[in-house]
Amino acid sequence: MMLGAIETGRILMAAALMAGAGVVLGAVIGAIARIFRVEGDSRVDLVTELLPGANCGGCGKAGCRDFAKSVVSGENPPGKCPVSTREQVGAIALALGVEVGEVAHKKAVVRCSGTLFTSDRVAYYNGIHKCSSAMLVGGGPKVCRYGCLGMGDCARKCPFGAIEIINNLAVVHEELCVGCGSCAAVCPRGVIAIVPAAAHVHVFCNSPEKGAQKRKVCRSACLGCGKCVRKDPEKFELEAGLARVKYSAPELPTAETVEAVGCPTGALAMTERHRQKASEETNAK
Amino acid sequence: MKYLELTVGAALVYNFVLSRFLGICPFLGVSKRLDTAMGMSGAVIFVMTLASGTTALVYRHLLRFTFRGKAYDLGFLQILLFILIIAALVQLIEIVLQKSSPKLYQALGIYLPLITTNCAVLGAATINAQNGRTVLDATIFGCFSGVGFALALLLFASLREKLELASPPKAMEGTPIALVTAGILAMAFSGFAGLC
Repeated sequence: MMLGAIETGRILMAAALMAGAGVVLGAVIGAIARIFRVEGDSRVDLVTELLPGANCGGCGKAGCRDFAKSVVSGENPPGKCPVSTREQVGAIALALGVEVGEVAHKKAVVRCSGTLFTSDRVAYYNGIHKCSSAMLVGGGPKVCRYGCLGMGDCARKCPFGAIEIINNLAVVHEELCVGCGSCAAVCPRGVIAIVPAAAHVHVFCNSPEKGAQKRKVCRSACLGCGKCVRKDPEKFELEAGLARVKYSAPELPTAETVEAVGCPTGALAMTERHRQKASEETNAK
Repeated sequence: MKYLELTVGAALVYNFVLSRFLGICPFLGVSKRLDTAMGMSGAVIFVMTLASGTTALVYRHLLRFTFRGKAYDLGFLQILLFILIIAALVQLIEIVLQKSSPKLYQALGIYLPLITTNCAVLGAATINAQNGRTVLDATIFGCFSGVGFALALLLFASLREKLELASPPKAMEGTPIALVTAGILAMAFSGFAGLC
């Protein structure tokens, strides 16, 4: 009985001590925080509010707040944000009284068109459904060492939901993509490129191997035949068996160009066609 | 003799990192570059000194007391209370520094919260409590423990900067060679054993 009383007393004392310490320390910190309050730059909050708040990192900063700080300090122009529309950037520039800066809109493109049906697999992969995991097992199930693995690491990473996986191929929805580059950074194959948003025609292949070898394992690869380069050397170039669109050229290829070239495998295509083709269930083999 | 143990003993013979193996996390984490190591060292010395003094004060006067003629020994609350006090103390220092000394805040700023609940800081407080040191002794011990930590961290950071230029075998690159280096550094420090 006596022991019980003492124990209760100790427990109560311990609880009271901790509660007291908590209350006192909390009150002291609260009071000191009031007394020693430091006024932050209110412009940073203002700019943060005007930014999209996606924290995608497309500007090269650690997030929207970090970018806002750099805009206020003059390190970056507001136009460096790839996500903001022209109006949003204008609002920020107006609020701070600075120049808009160059708005370089970009977007992502998956340079592969090898779906489940058009490209071959060397094995059945039953592991964790992630490209990064699949890469660890002998470089993934695809025969092609350069193409899209289609397990959606990029789609999960995209803060804007702009990537869809159709028949084991990542496809970018242009209208949603802002070109922040999060997807390109996670892709273990490096198959995603960040290109100017104005470009609508791309070569949907990433393999630098010889045409004949590619033909064996994929029905939609660029064979490196050079048909497009011969047709329009201004807009295309050939490097190591792979044609590329010259994105820095003054004129970008259009739908007419694609038609005029008539790519034998359809690797050179418009972005919409890439999306359509991904959903077609054709096995040409 | 007592003060020899509290100063040289704390800094070299019973060095927190290299012979007590406390605070290994910042030792490996912020030792990649010398300037970050310097910032961290300053913060550690600062916090350890203040935390040791404060916790000794609390331990001696708050955990053992007589209430209504009954003596209470609440020593079992030691760790809980120490963590609470150290965390609150660092928070306070940060707030005060930000206002009163922005220069110092910029130098220590990001490192202060990092070491709030570090085991080296808590370890210094606990060792003081175990030895029943007075507030003054505890503060001296805390300060020189911090100096010892700083010495180890700066030595290691300089070594790691040199290691960047060396070309060890592929399997040893990065963390493995750093850990081996830390081990050899600890062996060198064991030469101080028996000094006091």
